[in-house]
Amino acid sequence: MEITFYLSGAIAIAATLMVITGLSAVHALLYLIVSLLAVAIVFFVLGAPFAAALEVIIYAGAIMVLFVFVMMMLNLGKAAATKERNWLNPGMWVGPAILAALLLAELLYIFAQGGGTSPTVMVDAKAVGISLFGPYLLGVELASLLLLAGLVGACHLGWREGREGDDVGLARGSGEGWAAGDGRGHENG
Amino acid sequence: MSELAHTWSNVVVILIFLFSFAALLSWIERRLLGVWQDRYGPNRVGPFGMLQSVADAIKLLAKEDWIPPFADKALFVLAPAVIATTTLLAFAVVPIAPGIGVVDLNIGLLFFLAMSSLGVYSIVLGGWASNNKYSLLGGFRAAAQMLSYEVFMGLSLMGVVMLAGSFNLRDIVAAQEDLWFCIPQILGLITFTVAGIAEARRLPFDLPEAENELVAGFHTEYSSMKFGLFFIGEYVGIILISAVMVTLFFGGWLGPLLPPLMWFLLKTFIVIGFFILLRASLPRPRYDQLMGYGWKVMLPLTLVNLLITGAIVLAWGL
Repeated sequence: MEITFYLSGAIAIAATLMVITGLSAVHALLYLIVSLLAVAIVFFVLGAPFAAALEVIIYAGAIMVLFVFVMMMLNLGKAAATKERNWLNPGMWVGPAILAALLLAELLYIFAQGGGTSPTVMVDAKAVGISLFGPYLLGVELASLLLLAGLVGACHLGWREGREGDDVGLARGSGEGWAAGDGRGHENG
Repeated sequence: MSELAHTWSNVVVILIFLFSFAALLSWIERRLLGVWQDRYGPNRVGPFGMLQSVADAIKLLAKEDWIPPFADKALFVLAPAVIATTTLLAFAVVPIAPGIGVVDLNIGLLFFLAMSSLGVYSIVLGGWASNNKYSLLGGFRAAAQMLSYEVFMGLSLMGVVMLAGSFNLRDIVAAQEDLWFCIPQILGLITFTVAGIAEARRLPFDLPEAENELVAGFHTEYSSMKFGLFFIGEYVGIILISAVMVTLFFGGWLGPLLPPLMWFLLKTFIVIGFFILLRASLPRPRYDQLMGYGWKVMLPLTLVNLLITGAIVLAWGL
Protein backbone atom coordinates (compact mmCIF):
# COMPACT_ATOMS: atom_id res chain seq x y z
CA MET A 1 0.00 0.00 0.00
CA GLU A 2 2.93 2.30 0.78
CA ILE A 3 4.15 2.15 -2.82
CA THR A 4 0.71 3.01 -4.26
CA PHE A 5 0.58 6.04 -1.99
CA TYR A 6 3.93 7.41 -3.15
CA LEU A 7 3.29 6.51 -6.78
CA SER A 8 -0.09 8.24 -6.94
CA GLY A 9 1.30 11.18 -4.99
CA ALA A 10 4.09 11.54 -7.56
CA ILE A 11 1.57 11.28 -10.40
CA ALA A 12 -0.55 13.99 -8.78
CA ILE A 13 2.44 16.34 -8.50
CA ALA A 14 3.65 15.67 -12.06
CA ALA A 15 0.16 16.11 -13.49
CA THR A 16 -0.35 19.35 -11.59
CA LEU A 17 2.95 20.68 -12.94
CA MET A 18 1.70 19.88 -16.42
CA VAL A 19 -1.54 21.77 -15.66
CA ILE A 20 0.42 24.90 -14.78
CA THR A 21 2.90 24.76 -17.65
CA GLY A 22 0.55 23.44 -20.33
CA LEU A 23 -0.24 25.75 -23.25
CA SER A 24 -3.43 24.13 -24.50
CA ALA A 25 -6.30 24.74 -22.10
CA VAL A 26 -8.10 21.46 -22.83
CA HIS A 27 -4.90 19.40 -22.40
CA ALA A 28 -4.18 21.23 -19.13
CA LEU A 29 -7.68 20.36 -17.90
CA LEU A 30 -7.07 16.71 -18.74
CA TYR A 31 -3.94 16.76 -16.59
CA LEU A 32 -6.00 18.34 -13.83
CA ILE A 33 -8.43 15.42 -14.07
CA VAL A 34 -5.53 12.96 -13.81
CA SER A 35 -4.27 14.88 -10.79
CA LEU A 36 -7.70 14.67 -9.11
CA LEU A 37 -7.89 10.94 -9.79
CA ALA A 38 -4.43 10.47 -8.28
CA VAL A 39 -5.49 12.41 -5.18
CA ALA A 40 -8.57 10.15 -4.96
CA ILE A 41 -6.27 7.11 -4.87
CA VAL A 42 -4.21 8.79 -2.14
CA PHE A 43 -7.41 9.22 -0.11
CA PHE A 44 -8.32 5.59 -0.72
CA VAL A 45 -4.92 4.34 0.42
CA LEU A 46 -5.10 6.51 3.53
CA GLY A 47 -8.30 4.73 4.54
CA ALA A 48 -10.98 7.17 3.39
CA PRO A 49 -12.79 5.35 0.54
CA PHE A 50 -15.89 7.54 0.85
CA ALA A 51 -13.91 10.74 0.38
CA ALA A 52 -12.07 9.10 -2.54
CA ALA A 53 -15.32 8.19 -4.29
CA LEU A 54 -16.76 11.66 -3.75
CA GLU A 55 -13.57 13.22 -5.11
CA VAL A 56 -14.01 11.28 -8.36
CA ILE A 57 -17.78 11.77 -8.64
CA ILE A 58 -17.91 15.47 -7.80
CA TYR A 59 -14.57 16.95 -8.82
CA ALA A 60 -13.35 14.72 -11.64
CA GLY A 61 -16.78 13.71 -12.88
CA ALA A 62 -18.89 16.85 -12.58
CA ILE A 63 -17.01 20.08 -11.95
CA MET A 64 -14.26 19.28 -14.45
CA VAL A 65 -16.87 18.40 -17.09
CA LEU A 66 -18.23 21.92 -16.70
CA PHE A 67 -14.70 23.32 -17.11
CA VAL A 68 -14.12 21.26 -20.25
CA PHE A 69 -17.53 22.39 -21.50
CA VAL A 70 -16.60 26.05 -21.17
CA MET A 71 -13.17 25.49 -22.73
CA MET A 72 -14.74 23.77 -25.72
CA MET A 73 -17.08 26.70 -26.10
CA LEU A 74 -14.19 29.18 -26.27
CA ASN A 75 -12.53 27.36 -29.20
CA LEU A 76 -8.99 28.45 -28.30
CA GLY A 77 -6.49 27.99 -31.10
CA LYS A 78 -2.83 28.63 -31.84
CA ALA A 79 -3.12 32.33 -30.95
CA ALA A 80 -4.15 31.41 -27.43
CA ALA A 81 -1.17 29.06 -27.10
CA THR A 82 1.34 31.79 -28.01
CA LYS A 83 -0.39 34.15 -25.61
CA GLU A 84 -0.06 31.52 -22.89
CA ARG A 85 3.63 31.10 -23.72
CA ASN A 86 4.18 34.83 -23.27
CA TRP A 87 2.38 34.77 -19.95
CA LEU A 88 4.68 32.07 -18.66
CA ASN A 89 7.54 34.49 -17.96
CA PRO A 90 9.39 34.46 -14.60
CA GLY A 91 7.47 37.52 -13.40
CA MET A 92 4.30 35.44 -13.45
CA TRP A 93 5.42 32.36 -11.59
CA VAL A 94 8.07 33.56 -9.13
CA GLY A 95 5.58 34.80 -6.54
CA PRO A 96 3.44 31.62 -6.35
CA ALA A 97 6.61 29.51 -6.52
CA ILE A 98 8.07 31.21 -3.42
CA LEU A 99 4.80 30.72 -1.52
CA ALA A 100 4.66 27.06 -2.57
CA ALA A 101 8.30 26.60 -1.53
CA LEU A 102 7.45 27.99 1.92
CA LEU A 103 4.62 25.46 2.22
CA LEU A 104 7.00 22.70 1.16
CA ALA A 105 9.53 23.78 3.80
CA GLU A 106 6.77 23.74 6.40
CA LEU A 107 5.77 20.25 5.33
CA LEU A 108 9.37 19.02 5.53
CA TYR A 109 9.63 20.54 9.02
CA ILE A 110 6.54 18.63 10.11
CA PHE A 111 8.00 15.41 8.70
CA ALA A 112 11.28 16.12 10.50
CA GLN A 113 9.35 16.45 13.77
CA GLY A 114 8.20 12.88 13.25
CA GLY A 115 4.54 13.73 12.71
CA GLY A 116 4.57 12.20 9.26
CA THR A 117 2.99 8.86 10.05
CA SER A 118 -0.72 9.18 10.50
CA PRO A 119 -2.65 6.39 12.16
CA THR A 120 -4.63 4.66 9.42
CA VAL A 121 -8.20 4.47 10.64
CA MET A 122 -10.95 3.56 8.24
CA VAL A 123 -13.19 6.61 7.70
CA ASP A 124 -16.37 5.26 6.17
CA ALA A 125 -19.49 7.04 4.94
CA LYS A 126 -21.13 6.89 8.37
CA ALA A 127 -18.17 8.55 10.11
CA VAL A 128 -18.13 11.31 7.48
CA GLY A 129 -21.87 11.88 7.91
CA ILE A 130 -21.71 11.94 11.71
CA SER A 131 -18.88 14.47 11.77
CA LEU A 132 -20.52 16.62 9.06
CA PHE A 133 -23.88 16.79 10.82
CA GLY A 134 -22.38 16.80 14.32
CA PRO A 135 -19.48 19.13 15.13
CA TYR A 136 -19.37 20.71 11.66
CA LEU A 137 -23.08 21.37 11.25
CA LEU A 138 -22.59 25.13 11.09
CA GLY A 139 -20.10 24.74 8.23
CA VAL A 140 -22.54 22.58 6.27
CA GLU A 141 -25.34 25.11 6.79
CA LEU A 142 -23.12 28.02 5.70
CA ALA A 143 -22.00 26.11 2.60
CA SER A 144 -25.61 25.36 1.69
CA LEU A 145 -26.47 29.06 2.09
CA LEU A 146 -23.62 29.92 -0.26
CA LEU A 147 -24.83 27.37 -2.80
CA LEU A 148 -28.36 28.73 -2.57
CA ALA A 149 -27.08 32.23 -3.27
CA GLY A 150 -25.14 30.90 -6.28
CA LEU A 151 -28.24 29.08 -7.52
CA VAL A 152 -30.43 32.15 -7.26
CA GLY A 153 -27.76 34.20 -9.03
CA ALA A 154 -27.47 31.68 -11.85
CA CYS A 155 -31.24 31.58 -12.20
CA HIS A 156 -31.36 35.38 -12.40
CA LEU A 157 -28.64 35.52 -15.07
CA GLY A 158 -30.26 32.77 -17.12
CA TRP A 159 -33.68 34.35 -16.91
CA ARG A 160 -32.79 37.46 -18.95
CA GLU A 161 -35.30 38.25 -21.66
CA GLY A 162 -33.06 39.68 -24.37
CA ARG A 163 -30.72 36.76 -25.06
CA GLU A 164 -28.02 38.09 -27.31
CA GLY A 165 -25.92 34.92 -27.08
CA ASP A 166 -24.04 36.14 -24.01
CA ASP A 167 -21.50 33.65 -22.70
CA VAL A 168 -22.73 34.12 -19.13
CA GLY A 169 -25.98 32.38 -19.92
CA LEU A 170 -24.18 29.71 -21.97
CA ALA A 171 -21.66 28.88 -19.28
CA ARG A 172 -24.41 27.80 -16.89
CA GLY A 173 -24.59 24.56 -18.79
CA SER A 174 -28.19 23.88 -17.88
CA GLY A 175 -31.71 25.14 -18.21
CA GLU A 176 -33.26 26.93 -21.11
CA GLY A 177 -30.82 29.81 -20.94
CA TRP A 178 -28.11 27.94 -22.73
CA ALA A 179 -30.37 25.74 -24.80
CA ALA A 180 -31.81 28.81 -26.48
CA GLY A 181 -28.38 30.29 -27.10
CA ASP A 182 -27.08 26.98 -28.42
CA GLY A 183 -28.01 27.31 -32.06
CA ARG A 184 -26.68 30.81 -32.34
CA GLY A 185 -23.41 30.30 -30.50
CA HIS A 186 -22.03 27.87 -33.05
CA GLU A 187 -22.92 29.49 -36.30
CA ASN A 188 -19.71 31.45 -36.16
CA GLY A 189 -17.70 28.94 -34.09
CA MET B 1 -2.96 -18.94 -4.59
CA SER B 2 -6.18 -20.70 -5.51
CA GLU B 3 -8.07 -17.58 -4.50
CA LEU B 4 -5.98 -15.58 -6.94
CA ALA B 5 -6.67 -18.12 -9.67
CA HIS B 6 -10.38 -17.92 -8.84
CA THR B 7 -10.37 -14.12 -9.14
CA TRP B 8 -8.51 -14.16 -12.42
CA SER B 9 -10.69 -16.84 -13.96
CA ASN B 10 -13.66 -14.72 -12.90
CA VAL B 11 -12.17 -11.68 -14.60
CA VAL B 12 -11.36 -13.48 -17.84
CA VAL B 13 -14.69 -15.31 -18.11
CA ILE B 14 -16.74 -12.18 -17.34
CA LEU B 15 -14.71 -10.15 -19.84
CA ILE B 16 -15.09 -12.66 -22.65
CA PHE B 17 -18.78 -13.14 -21.92
CA LEU B 18 -19.35 -9.39 -21.77
CA PHE B 19 -17.63 -8.69 -25.08
CA SER B 20 -19.36 -11.47 -26.95
CA PHE B 21 -22.73 -10.56 -25.48
CA ALA B 22 -22.20 -6.89 -26.34
CA ALA B 23 -21.45 -7.89 -29.93
CA LEU B 24 -24.43 -10.23 -30.05
CA LEU B 25 -26.63 -7.52 -28.55
CA SER B 26 -26.47 -5.48 -31.74
CA TRP B 27 -28.03 -8.43 -33.57
CA ILE B 28 -30.58 -9.04 -30.80
CA GLU B 29 -31.52 -5.39 -30.88
CA ARG B 30 -32.03 -5.32 -34.63
CA ARG B 31 -34.08 -8.51 -34.59
CA LEU B 32 -36.28 -7.27 -31.72
CA LEU B 33 -36.74 -3.91 -33.43
CA GLY B 34 -37.75 -5.89 -36.49
CA VAL B 35 -40.37 -7.80 -34.51
CA TRP B 36 -41.84 -4.61 -33.02
CA GLN B 37 -41.83 -2.78 -36.33
CA ASP B 38 -43.38 -5.68 -38.21
CA ARG B 39 -40.38 -6.64 -40.37
CA TYR B 40 -37.63 -9.25 -40.28
CA GLY B 41 -34.36 -7.53 -39.42
CA PRO B 42 -31.02 -9.16 -40.30
CA ASN B 43 -31.74 -12.86 -40.96
CA ARG B 44 -29.26 -13.85 -43.70
CA VAL B 45 -25.87 -14.57 -42.07
CA GLY B 46 -25.78 -17.85 -40.16
CA PRO B 47 -28.73 -19.38 -38.24
CA PHE B 48 -31.41 -16.67 -37.72
CA GLY B 49 -28.81 -14.13 -38.84
CA MET B 50 -26.85 -14.66 -35.61
CA LEU B 51 -23.50 -14.26 -37.34
CA GLN B 52 -24.46 -10.75 -38.47
CA SER B 53 -22.42 -9.27 -35.61
CA VAL B 54 -19.38 -11.31 -36.69
CA ALA B 55 -19.76 -9.97 -40.21
CA ASP B 56 -20.08 -6.44 -38.82
CA ALA B 57 -16.94 -6.90 -36.72
CA ILE B 58 -14.93 -8.12 -39.74
CA LYS B 59 -16.19 -5.19 -41.76
CA LEU B 60 -15.20 -2.73 -39.02
CA LEU B 61 -11.73 -4.22 -38.59
CA ALA B 62 -11.07 -4.25 -42.32
CA LYS B 63 -11.91 -0.57 -42.77
CA GLU B 64 -9.30 2.13 -43.02
CA ASP B 65 -8.40 3.55 -39.61
CA TRP B 66 -8.46 7.22 -40.46
CA ILE B 67 -7.43 10.14 -38.27
CA PRO B 68 -8.51 13.44 -39.81
CA PRO B 69 -5.56 15.83 -40.31
CA PHE B 70 -7.44 18.66 -38.57
CA ALA B 71 -8.09 16.60 -35.42
CA ASP B 72 -6.29 16.79 -32.09
CA LYS B 73 -4.53 13.45 -32.57
CA ALA B 74 -3.74 12.42 -28.98
CA LEU B 75 -7.26 13.12 -27.70
CA PHE B 76 -8.86 11.67 -30.82
CA VAL B 77 -7.18 8.33 -30.08
CA LEU B 78 -7.71 8.52 -26.33
CA ALA B 79 -11.45 9.28 -26.37
CA PRO B 80 -12.83 5.89 -27.51
CA ALA B 81 -10.51 4.08 -25.09
CA VAL B 82 -11.97 6.04 -22.15
CA ILE B 83 -15.57 4.89 -22.67
CA ALA B 84 -14.56 1.23 -23.08
CA THR B 85 -12.34 1.38 -19.99
CA THR B 86 -14.82 3.09 -17.67
CA THR B 87 -17.78 0.88 -18.56
CA LEU B 88 -15.70 -2.29 -18.18
CA LEU B 89 -14.23 -1.04 -14.88
CA ALA B 90 -17.69 -0.28 -13.55
CA PHE B 91 -18.64 -3.89 -14.26
CA ALA B 92 -16.02 -4.99 -11.73
CA VAL B 93 -18.33 -4.18 -8.81
CA VAL B 94 -21.49 -5.83 -10.20
CA PRO B 95 -22.28 -8.93 -8.12
CA ILE B 96 -23.44 -11.51 -10.64
CA ALA B 97 -24.07 -14.41 -8.27
CA PRO B 98 -22.61 -15.63 -4.96
CA GLY B 99 -18.94 -16.25 -5.71
CA ILE B 100 -19.14 -14.75 -9.21
CA GLY B 101 -17.98 -11.17 -9.52
CA VAL B 102 -14.65 -9.39 -9.78
CA VAL B 103 -14.32 -7.33 -6.62
CA ASP B 104 -16.37 -6.94 -3.45
CA LEU B 105 -15.93 -3.23 -2.81
CA ASN B 106 -17.42 -1.50 0.24
CA ILE B 107 -18.14 1.61 -1.81
CA GLY B 108 -19.32 -0.43 -4.82
CA LEU B 109 -22.30 1.79 -5.63
CA LEU B 110 -20.20 4.96 -5.45
CA PHE B 111 -17.58 3.33 -7.65
CA PHE B 112 -20.24 2.63 -10.26
CA LEU B 113 -21.42 6.26 -10.13
CA ALA B 114 -17.83 7.52 -10.35
CA MET B 115 -17.06 5.41 -13.42
CA SER B 116 -20.28 6.38 -15.16
CA SER B 117 -19.51 10.05 -14.54
CA LEU B 118 -15.99 9.66 -15.97
CA GLY B 119 -17.45 8.09 -19.10
CA VAL B 120 -18.74 11.52 -20.16
CA TYR B 121 -15.20 12.59 -21.04
CA SER B 122 -15.03 10.06 -23.83
CA ILE B 123 -17.98 11.60 -25.64
CA VAL B 124 -17.10 15.21 -24.90
CA LEU B 125 -13.42 14.90 -25.81
CA GLY B 126 -14.18 12.77 -28.86
CA GLY B 127 -16.52 15.49 -30.05
CA TRP B 128 -14.02 18.25 -29.36
CA ALA B 129 -10.94 16.48 -30.74
CA SER B 130 -12.68 15.70 -34.05
CA ASN B 131 -12.69 19.44 -34.76
CA ASN B 132 -15.91 19.17 -36.69
CA LYS B 133 -19.09 21.21 -36.19
CA TYR B 134 -21.44 18.27 -35.84
CA SER B 135 -19.08 16.44 -33.49
CA LEU B 136 -18.67 19.53 -31.34
CA LEU B 137 -22.44 19.99 -31.14
CA GLY B 138 -22.77 16.34 -30.12
CA GLY B 139 -20.07 16.84 -27.49
CA PHE B 140 -21.85 19.90 -26.07
CA ARG B 141 -25.12 18.07 -25.85
CA ALA B 142 -23.44 15.09 -24.20
CA ALA B 143 -21.74 17.26 -21.58
CA ALA B 144 -24.91 19.10 -20.57
CA GLN B 145 -27.20 16.07 -20.80
CA MET B 146 -25.04 13.64 -18.89
CA LEU B 147 -24.07 16.18 -16.26
CA SER B 148 -27.66 17.03 -15.44
CA TYR B 149 -28.93 13.46 -15.54
CA GLU B 150 -26.05 12.28 -13.34
CA VAL B 151 -27.21 14.54 -10.52
CA PHE B 152 -30.46 12.72 -9.97
CA MET B 153 -29.05 9.36 -10.97
CA GLY B 154 -26.94 9.44 -7.80
CA LEU B 155 -29.81 10.85 -5.73
CA SER B 156 -32.29 8.25 -7.00
CA LEU B 157 -30.08 5.46 -5.64
CA MET B 158 -29.75 6.93 -2.16
CA GLY B 159 -33.17 5.59 -1.15
CA VAL B 160 -31.88 2.08 -1.83
CA VAL B 161 -28.76 2.83 0.19
CA MET B 162 -30.90 4.06 3.09
CA LEU B 163 -32.99 0.90 3.12
CA ALA B 164 -30.02 -1.45 2.75
CA GLY B 165 -27.73 0.57 5.01
CA SER B 166 -24.71 -0.05 2.79
CA PHE B 167 -22.97 0.99 -0.42
CA ASN B 168 -21.82 -2.58 -0.95
CA LEU B 169 -23.79 -4.11 -3.85
CA ARG B 170 -23.70 -7.61 -2.33
CA ASP B 171 -25.19 -6.27 0.92
CA ILE B 172 -27.85 -4.48 -1.10
CA VAL B 173 -28.84 -7.72 -2.83
CA ALA B 174 -28.86 -9.56 0.50
CA ALA B 175 -31.15 -6.87 1.96
CA GLN B 176 -33.77 -7.69 -0.70
CA GLU B 177 -34.29 -11.24 0.58
CA ASP B 178 -37.85 -10.45 1.76
CA LEU B 179 -38.93 -7.73 -0.63
CA TRP B 180 -37.34 -6.44 -3.82
CA PHE B 181 -36.60 -2.73 -3.64
CA CYS B 182 -38.63 -2.08 -6.79
CA ILE B 183 -41.75 -1.94 -4.58
CA PRO B 184 -40.74 0.40 -1.71
CA GLN B 185 -38.46 2.37 -4.05
CA ILE B 186 -40.78 2.64 -7.06
CA LEU B 187 -40.02 6.36 -7.47
CA GLY B 188 -36.31 5.62 -7.26
CA LEU B 189 -36.70 2.91 -9.89
CA ILE B 190 -38.52 5.23 -12.30
CA THR B 191 -36.01 8.05 -11.94
CA PHE B 192 -33.05 5.68 -12.15
CA THR B 193 -34.45 4.15 -15.34
CA VAL B 194 -34.73 7.57 -16.99
CA ALA B 195 -31.26 8.60 -15.79
CA GLY B 196 -29.83 5.26 -16.89
CA ILE B 197 -31.15 5.62 -20.43
CA ALA B 198 -29.74 9.14 -20.57
CA GLU B 199 -26.35 7.95 -19.27
CA ALA B 200 -26.23 5.14 -21.82
CA ARG B 201 -27.25 7.69 -24.50
CA ARG B 202 -30.02 5.49 -25.80
CA LEU B 203 -33.05 6.63 -27.71
CA PRO B 204 -35.13 8.65 -26.67
CA PHE B 205 -32.14 10.38 -25.05
CA ASP B 206 -29.58 9.92 -27.83
CA LEU B 207 -29.25 13.63 -28.57
CA PRO B 208 -25.42 13.56 -28.62
CA GLU B 209 -25.72 11.24 -31.63
CA ALA B 210 -29.04 12.26 -33.18
CA GLU B 211 -28.20 10.93 -36.63
CA ASN B 212 -30.94 12.84 -38.40
CA GLU B 213 -29.71 16.25 -37.21
CA LEU B 214 -25.99 15.82 -36.47
CA VAL B 215 -24.84 13.17 -39.04
CA ALA B 216 -23.54 10.88 -36.26
CA GLY B 217 -22.90 13.42 -33.52
CA PHE B 218 -19.74 13.01 -31.51
CA HIS B 219 -18.40 10.08 -33.55
CA THR B 220 -18.91 11.54 -37.01
CA GLU B 221 -15.17 11.48 -37.77
CA TYR B 222 -14.48 8.05 -36.31
CA SER B 223 -13.95 4.96 -38.43
CA SER B 224 -12.80 1.37 -38.13
CA MET B 225 -11.99 0.01 -34.68
CA LYS B 226 -12.13 3.40 -32.94
CA PHE B 227 -15.76 3.60 -33.99
CA GLY B 228 -16.01 -0.04 -32.91
CA LEU B 229 -14.86 0.89 -29.41
CA PHE B 230 -17.59 3.54 -29.11
CA PHE B 231 -20.02 0.93 -30.32
CA ILE B 232 -18.84 -1.71 -27.82
CA GLY B 233 -18.80 0.96 -25.10
CA GLU B 234 -22.43 1.80 -25.81
CA TYR B 235 -23.59 -1.81 -25.72
CA VAL B 236 -21.54 -2.70 -22.62
CA GLY B 237 -23.07 0.45 -21.12
CA ILE B 238 -26.58 -0.90 -21.77
CA ILE B 239 -25.68 -4.24 -20.17
CA LEU B 240 -24.11 -2.39 -17.25
CA ILE B 241 -27.14 -0.20 -16.57
CA SER B 242 -29.45 -3.21 -16.83
CA ALA B 243 -27.29 -5.32 -14.52
CA VAL B 244 -27.06 -2.51 -11.95
CA MET B 245 -30.82 -1.97 -12.13
CA VAL B 246 -31.41 -5.68 -11.53
CA THR B 247 -28.95 -5.64 -8.62
CA LEU B 248 -30.45 -2.59 -6.94
CA PHE B 249 -34.15 -2.96 -7.58
CA PHE B 250 -34.97 -6.51 -8.69
CA GLY B 251 -33.13 -8.58 -6.11
CA GLY B 252 -30.03 -9.40 -8.16
CA TRP B 253 -29.50 -13.15 -8.24
CA LEU B 254 -32.35 -13.88 -5.77
CA GLY B 255 -35.22 -16.07 -6.95
CA PRO B 256 -36.79 -19.49 -6.44
CA LEU B 257 -35.96 -22.81 -8.17
CA LEU B 258 -33.48 -21.70 -10.83
CA PRO B 259 -29.77 -21.29 -9.93
CA PRO B 260 -28.72 -17.71 -8.96
CA LEU B 261 -26.71 -17.14 -12.13
CA MET B 262 -29.70 -18.00 -14.33
CA TRP B 263 -31.93 -15.59 -12.40
CA PHE B 264 -29.44 -12.78 -12.79
CA LEU B 265 -29.05 -13.34 -16.54
CA LEU B 266 -32.79 -13.70 -17.05
CA LYS B 267 -33.65 -10.49 -15.21
CA THR B 268 -30.86 -8.56 -16.92
CA PHE B 269 -32.06 -9.75 -20.29
CA ILE B 270 -35.62 -8.65 -19.57
CA VAL B 271 -34.41 -5.16 -18.63
CA ILE B 272 -32.28 -4.97 -21.80
CA GLY B 273 -35.35 -5.98 -23.80
CA PHE B 274 -37.27 -3.17 -22.14
CA PHE B 275 -34.59 -0.68 -23.19
CA ILE B 276 -34.82 -1.88 -26.79
CA LEU B 277 -38.61 -1.64 -26.66
CA LEU B 278 -38.26 1.98 -25.53
CA ARG B 279 -36.10 2.65 -28.56
CA ALA B 280 -38.70 1.13 -30.84
CA SER B 281 -41.59 3.12 -29.42
CA LEU B 282 -40.54 6.58 -28.22
CA PRO B 283 -39.64 9.66 -30.28
CA ARG B 284 -36.67 11.85 -29.42
CA PRO B 285 -37.51 14.99 -27.38
CA ARG B 286 -36.25 18.44 -28.28
CA TYR B 287 -33.10 19.53 -26.51
CA ASP B 288 -34.67 22.13 -24.20
CA GLN B 289 -37.45 19.66 -23.38
CA LEU B 290 -34.81 17.16 -22.32
CA MET B 291 -33.08 19.61 -19.98
CA GLY B 292 -36.33 20.98 -18.58
CA TYR B 293 -37.62 17.45 -17.96
CA GLY B 294 -34.47 16.51 -16.09
CA TRP B 295 -34.27 19.52 -13.82
CA LYS B 296 -37.96 20.35 -13.32
CA VAL B 297 -39.55 16.91 -13.13
CA MET B 298 -37.02 14.23 -12.32
CA LEU B 299 -34.88 16.09 -9.77
CA PRO B 300 -37.84 17.16 -7.56
CA LEU B 301 -39.19 13.61 -7.85
CA THR B 302 -35.96 12.10 -6.50
CA LEU B 303 -35.88 14.64 -3.68
CA VAL B 304 -39.47 13.74 -2.73
CA ASN B 305 -38.48 10.08 -2.81
CA LEU B 306 -35.50 10.77 -0.54
CA LEU B 307 -37.70 12.72 1.87
CA ILE B 308 -40.34 9.98 2.08
CA THR B 309 -37.79 7.18 2.42
CA GLY B 310 -35.88 9.10 5.08
CA ALA B 311 -39.06 9.77 7.05
CA ILE B 312 -40.12 6.13 6.89
CA VAL B 313 -36.69 4.85 7.87
CA LEU B 314 -36.65 7.30 10.79
CA ALA B 315 -40.19 6.51 11.92
CA TRP B 316 -39.88 2.74 11.87
CA GLY B 317 -36.21 2.70 12.78
CA LEU B 318 -35.42 0.20 10.05
